[in-house]
Amino acid sequence: MKGYIHSQESFGTVDGPGIRYVVFTQGCPMRCKYCHNPDTWPMNVGQILDTDEILEAYDRNRPFYASGGITVTGGEPLMQKEFVTELFEKAKAEGIHTCLDTSGIGFHTKPSYLTKIDRLLASTDLVMLDIKHIDPQKHLELTGQPNDEILAFARYLSDKPLDLWIRHVVVPGVTDDPESLYRLGYFIGELKNLKALDVLPYHTLGLPKYEKLGIQYPLEGVEAMPKDRVPALRAEIIKGFKDRRRELAAAVKKS
Amino acid sequence: MRPEWKDFVGGAWETEVNVRDFIQKNYEPYDGDESFLAAPTQDTKDLWDMVLDLSKKEREAGGVLDMDTKVVSTITSHAAGYLDKSKEKIVGFQTDKPFKRAMMPYGGIRMAMKACEDNGYELDPEVVEFFTIHRKTHNAGVFDAYTEEMRNCRSNHIITGLPDAYGRGRIIGDYRRVALYGVDRLIEDKIEQKDSTSKIMTADNIRDREELSEQIKALKELAKLGDIYGIDIRKPATNVQEAIQALYFGYLAAVKEQNGAAMSLGRTSTFLDCYAQRDLKNGVFTEEQIQEFIDHFIMKLRLIKFARTPEYNQLFSGDPVWVTESIGGVGIDGRHMVTKMSFRYLHTLTNLGPAPEPNLTVLWSTRLPINFKKYCAKMSINTSSIQYENDDLMRVTHGDDYGIACCVSSMRIGKEMQFFGARANLAKCLLYAINGGVDEVTKKQVGPKFRPVEGEYLDFDDVWSKYVDMMEWLAGVYVNALNIIHYMHDKYCYERLQMSLHDKEVRRYFATGIAGLSCVTDSLSAIKYAKVKVVRDEDGLVTDYITEGDFPKYGNDDDRADDIAKTLVSTFMNMIRRNHVYRNGFPSMSVLTITSNVVYGKNTGNTPDGRRYRQPLAPGANPMHGRDSHGAIASLSSVAKLPFMDSQDGISNTFSIIPGALGKDDKIIAGDLDVDLGLDRD
Repeated sequence: MKGYIHSQESFGTVDGPGIRYVVFTQGCPMRCKYCHNPDTWPMNVGQILDTDEILEAYDRNRPFYASGGITVTGGEPLMQKEFVTELFEKAKAEGIHTCLDTSGIGFHTKPSYLTKIDRLLASTDLVMLDIKHIDPQKHLELTGQPNDEILAFARYLSDKPLDLWIRHVVVPGVTDDPESLYRLGYFIGELKNLKALDVLPYHTLGLPKYEKLGIQYPLEGVEAMPKDRVPALRAEIIKGFKDRRRELAAAVKKS
Repeated sequence: MRPEWKDFVGGAWETEVNVRDFIQKNYEPYDGDESFLAAPTQDTKDLWDMVLDLSKKEREAGGVLDMDTKVVSTITSHAAGYLDKSKEKIVGFQTDKPFKRAMMPYGGIRMAMKACEDNGYELDPEVVEFFTIHRKTHNAGVFDAYTEEMRNCRSNHIITGLPDAYGRGRIIGDYRRVALYGVDRLIEDKIEQKDSTSKIMTADNIRDREELSEQIKALKELAKLGDIYGIDIRKPATNVQEAIQALYFGYLAAVKEQNGAAMSLGRTSTFLDCYAQRDLKNGVFTEEQIQEFIDHFIMKLRLIKFARTPEYNQLFSGDPVWVTESIGGVGIDGRHMVTKMSFRYLHTLTNLGPAPEPNLTVLWSTRLPINFKKYCAKMSINTSSIQYENDDLMRVTHGDDYGIACCVSSMRIGKEMQFFGARANLAKCLLYAINGGVDEVTKKQVGPKFRPVEGEYLDFDDVWSKYVDMMEWLAGVYVNALNIIHYMHDKYCYERLQMSLHDKEVRRYFATGIAGLSCVTDSLSAIKYAKVKVVRDEDGLVTDYITEGDFPKYGNDDDRADDIAKTLVSTFMNMIRRNHVYRNGFPSMSVLTITSNVVYGKNTGNTPDGRRYRQPLAPGANPMHGRDSHGAIASLSSVAKLPFMDSQDGISNTFSIIPGALGKDDKIIAGDLDVDLGLDRD
């Protein structure tokens, strides 16, 4: 099966554990203001590649990926669910660790959708879910999309036999207020299979792409997040997370 | 057993000069971590402060602090020099004081003159006269024998960087022999070798006998160099300090005689560790003292300096000595060769701070101990000063006692040497093929007047067949120019001290090199997979190319392009092999320009891959800048496909990466979540 691919990175070290072969799918319905890959937005354009071609490229350098695997990111991989499903099923058959990096957009509970997503998740070892903002209104402002279905997806994943990482980009003045961070932490405290929290400092490396594409950059003038602020911001999330875990533990003890 | 060797495990090394056997019988692999390492002593800090001060003064003086303009440098030409005699545990400078550059005119008197002039000094006219009229230099010899064609190739830059006016370098004396055996024993050995030559006086035999005599003289001078510093190195070293000192005197004698393009040290750390372990066990020295000896030794190596010209510095991007030291690796018996001394050498980057020299090179194997791998990674992150080479690849042909000369040239220590051969510009050669031997920049007929390409579009089969013919011609001129160069270097600028620390029978690699591999690969790929239209000047000479459509590019793990690169390497190497080479040399080739690709690019016209005139070629076997779009592993995989057996002198890939692209700061990712998950289990 063929899919629309934006690009491939043979030496991915920041998108999941170990050294990974990273496939960037083309097309995304979100319009996150801080997106550093606006060239992956348009649907149904770009390179058309077969799942076998991707796995062949992976296999050629397989020794490098011994402690890593394959990551599909984007764009938004869930826009091409069937393609990713086939890729992951073939990868799993070869014993390759699979990681899906997604925003969770488009999730809903219609049975026809759940059948498809269940099949994909059955061959997924790790989901990295990027929660852009915990507040529904601010999420809409930031990404152009509501977050209810994304949070529902997080809860849905919580019951699946896979590992879950939450990623969150901290942008000065946009996503770094303590209250939102605490609420995000409180929310992810209920996710049972959560294995890591990846707090990503906002950077401005995507700016030249906007200039090249002739798109106005929505966060014009917003400075990159200083790396040294990240531990404190992360601590806010952890605070919410811990409070939620304590409440849950107490509830378990009572019952 | 000799008293100096007490407590060592004996073996063949006692009765024959065989350092490898000594190491194998006596070294102790170290699997631990770096926690045993010692901090710099006060003396080390004081000395290094003096060095930093002198370095600052040297920079302020425009790059050279002092030059000798009168005394021709020999092993014994200068009195002892010190930074601070009372503090130096390892002694010896090239001249009578640190930072004073020696005069070495045997490679070429004009180069020596120019090196002085360009730095604001004037070479003593008597020296100039002597080396112009009375004593011939290597450079003068070469130009007496060059053909006009060779001179044209040189001045049109299709063959570049030839060691015809400076020392060729790339020879590593087995400096460990001085420590293990002492100079007297080495002289005896050489006398024996000389006595064992044939009685039939062929030219080759006469040369061998003359060279062996020179080697014996050099060894005698080496012993005198020790005397100048009040240290007797005629007998074997009795402890680690003496061993380091004797080894360093061996190296120092070499750099007092030769201003070679690469004066590498060899593979000394594990050898020295045998002495260090013995001294630690016997309570002769403490770890702090041993580290101090190593710190002072490395400090000396950092201060090796040569008188050079700005052009030379431009070609090599600075003033490199290439004091390459090979560390680690795995023995052919399967034991890794990492010792505490491997750590101590790298630890100098902490004690003295990062530095490009000596060029500390880790012979990397997947089977190195994990603690050493971690330490290397840490030191690389902190200092960016470590080079890595693939021991698993080189051990197959070179065994476990080879070292690296310059950046990648591997050779068995004391058993193999190299005739350094610069490189041929294959990108320019492609343009010669297209233009029938006419240089695209100077418009001169440099190559043979073969039929140029005709028509508007380039046809792959046509260009390839013309290119093969042109490469065949280039290989011939190139190898024969090198034959002249090495003949004359042996005759007028013989490396007698370095060769005295070699066996009698030496394998001589006849090294050649190529530049522009990725540029030619992409150009041929463009011709094959896209359409390339030629643009001609008023004389019909092709000066530019218009490429229509996309084409596979080297550096993306795409076999369509990578196969072209592989074919190029094997094809040119076989052409080299078809030529006669001087002194039964073993032909080899490298793809390893690290800096000179910039200069080569300046002299190479527009190429069919879209590269513009004057733009740099890629370094070594690198993909062209910005054309590898599939990430590091795909890029490195293209390089890894190149056939090592057809490029045995080394393949380099210059690779830089921002730390963030090597992975996350480990604190940001997991960690305390796990602790918390434990909380709700109770």
